[in-house]
Amino acid sequence: MADAKSLFDKIWEQHEVDDDLLYVDLHLVHEVTSPQAFDGLRLSGRKVRRPDKTLATADHNVPTDGTPAARLIADELSRKQVQALERNCDEFGIPLYSLGSARRGIVHVIGPELGATQPGMTIVCGDSHTSTHGAFGALAFGIGTSEVEHVLATQCLVQKRPKTMRISYSGQLGFGVTSKDLILATIGRLGTAGMQGYAVEYSGPAIEGLPMEKRMTICNMTIEGGGRAGMIAPDETTFEYVRGKPGTPQDFDAAVERWRHLPTEGGASFDREIEVDASELSPMVTWGTTPGMVTEVTAHVPDPAAMDSPADREAAERALAYMDLEPGTPITEIPLERIFIGSCTNSRITDLREAASLLDGRKIAPSLRGMVVPGSQQVKAQAEEEGLDEVFRSAGFEWRESGCSACLGMNPDILQPGERCASTSNRNFEGRQGAGGRTHLVSPRMAAAAAIEGRFVDIRNWS
Amino acid sequence: MDAFEIVEGQVAVLDRADVDTDQIIPKQFLKRVERTGFGEFLFYDWFRSGEVELEPHPILVAGRNFGSGSSREHAVWALKDFGFDVVIAPSFSDIFYSNCTKNGLLPVILSEEECRQVAGSGEARVDLDDQTVTCAQGVFRFEVDEQIKHRLVNGLDDVAMTLQRAGKIDEFEQAGRADAGPVTTAL
Ligand code: SF4
Repeated sequence: MADAKSLFDKIWEQHEVDDDLLYVDLHLVHEVTSPQAFDGLRLSGRKVRRPDKTLATADHNVPTDGTPAARLIADELSRKQVQALERNCDEFGIPLYSLGSARRGIVHVIGPELGATQPGMTIVCGDSHTSTHGAFGALAFGIGTSEVEHVLATQCLVQKRPKTMRISYSGQLGFGVTSKDLILATIGRLGTAGMQGYAVEYSGPAIEGLPMEKRMTICNMTIEGGGRAGMIAPDETTFEYVRGKPGTPQDFDAAVERWRHLPTEGGASFDREIEVDASELSPMVTWGTTPGMVTEVTAHVPDPAAMDSPADREAAERALAYMDLEPGTPITEIPLERIFIGSCTNSRITDLREAASLLDGRKIAPSLRGMVVPGSQQVKAQAEEEGLDEVFRSAGFEWRESGCSACLGMNPDILQPGERCASTSNRNFEGRQGAGGRTHLVSPRMAAAAAIEGRFVDIRNWS
Repeated sequence: MDAFEIVEGQVAVLDRADVDTDQIIPKQFLKRVERTGFGEFLFYDWFRSGEVELEPHPILVAGRNFGSGSSREHAVWALKDFGFDVVIAPSFSDIFYSNCTKNGLLPVILSEEECRQVAGSGEARVDLDDQTVTCAQGVFRFEVDEQIKHRLVNGLDDVAMTLQRAGKIDEFEQAGRADAGPVTTAL
């Protein structure tokens, strides 16, 4: 069928205002990438065109120790940045969840939980992990600060139509293998630039079987594969998740009827198609300093000397030097010092439940420091209602307030130089979690099991 | 934004793949609320440890997938502020590429081999109008989107250009096509 359309095609066409000009349904804003944009507006005497389609929160900079208000943030520069966000939102009439709000949290966690993220929308934010929202069948991507200013002023974005890619996952994920492993394995296979220039649709039985929060993990890390946007067709699972949230349309049934027309039609074409057998995937652990430097938990740290391309070899050598790892070391023999459960990839309630279920009645290894940082204040409240905070605390974890925390260490939650961390976040770049810190990306289950053993374990045969 | 003209001069070389924005400008410098003054923090950890040394020449040649990672435009501000006007690499991350073009930093995609030749030449001349990089080892043509070129060559402000199409945006909204999503102010 020549005129069969993909989910991407439909959303794109519905939002084309003019050639290469795309209308934005929701613009999410946070403190780090917005101050210069608001300054730009002031300098040129412009207003925010649609404050009613704009939503702000403070997440990157905020301390997770329970500081109740922006003016009380101890770090001076962080305080100034969050206060600047408060002033800017006030001046331009933008709703904001700042410190002290029960709705505050990581921007990619609160969008979905408020029902602000819905199928068929275009969503942008000055943050690369905006791809997360694509899990709802939305077209969502990160933009830079100049574009933030552009969207504030015009509610539109100048955007060339990206190429499209579909990755179809057959089979089902095996026991102990999660959506985090699925996306890590995919990036490992395609490389960190494998999705560059593409809007990627994830499909197939392995995806359809996943609950929403697991789908978000996959779309979230699309950017680690270089992708412009990650998307998953909306279905009953999506509609049920959105139902009843504060931002959902009043006539919900009518909205669902519209959303049912979004999924990719049979015969729609993509610029690139890839197939992956999900049943063959294993729990994954990164060994290097890009998310593509990843391998199965049962494998060994690779030997750069065995790599074909000189560029790969050099990159691997540098990565191993930074990570202080010897080629050939079994992944399960890597000793750990820190555990971080959090970030917009894996800090939602189902992630916390999974980790807690493994930790219940156990203690983390005495040599370790573990930290759990819920993705939002609402996730935190929910977890406390379920008693998960107690499980984490008795196991020896710190239970913190929500925020980006040690995902990027723009706040006091950082790794010390040389510290090795199993992290549920999305980036293992040099110094990402603190200068000299060494990050291994894993799923929440793998992080929890590693916390107990003090090293990585294959959770499929661990009890 | 200043109009982009011909850039000619010495070439600095960063022969690494996958240089991410966390390296270009580490997070501790993202707390500033200004657009200026980021140059001194460029490649902070690498420069400080002496692992990498770069002169502030007008042209930087880098490895594949340059600027991967976060959307922080601070990375572009830092490169530009440090002194670079052109970055040449075999590939760039999408958001970084776009951010460059909003700040008069020209991203040029050449093949691995061509990058090596430009790096080896030590000097080059980059002509956006012609879409060529000329160095001792040859003349290499590069592709650039017409719109982006037009904006860069004329130093045009994106927002002002889009506002010329405000009528279309009004029409779009009035036709009821902008009604998807929540009213955030009512949440
Ligand atoms: S949790 Fe990490 S990746 Fe997600 S928005 Fe915050 S800093 Fe970025």
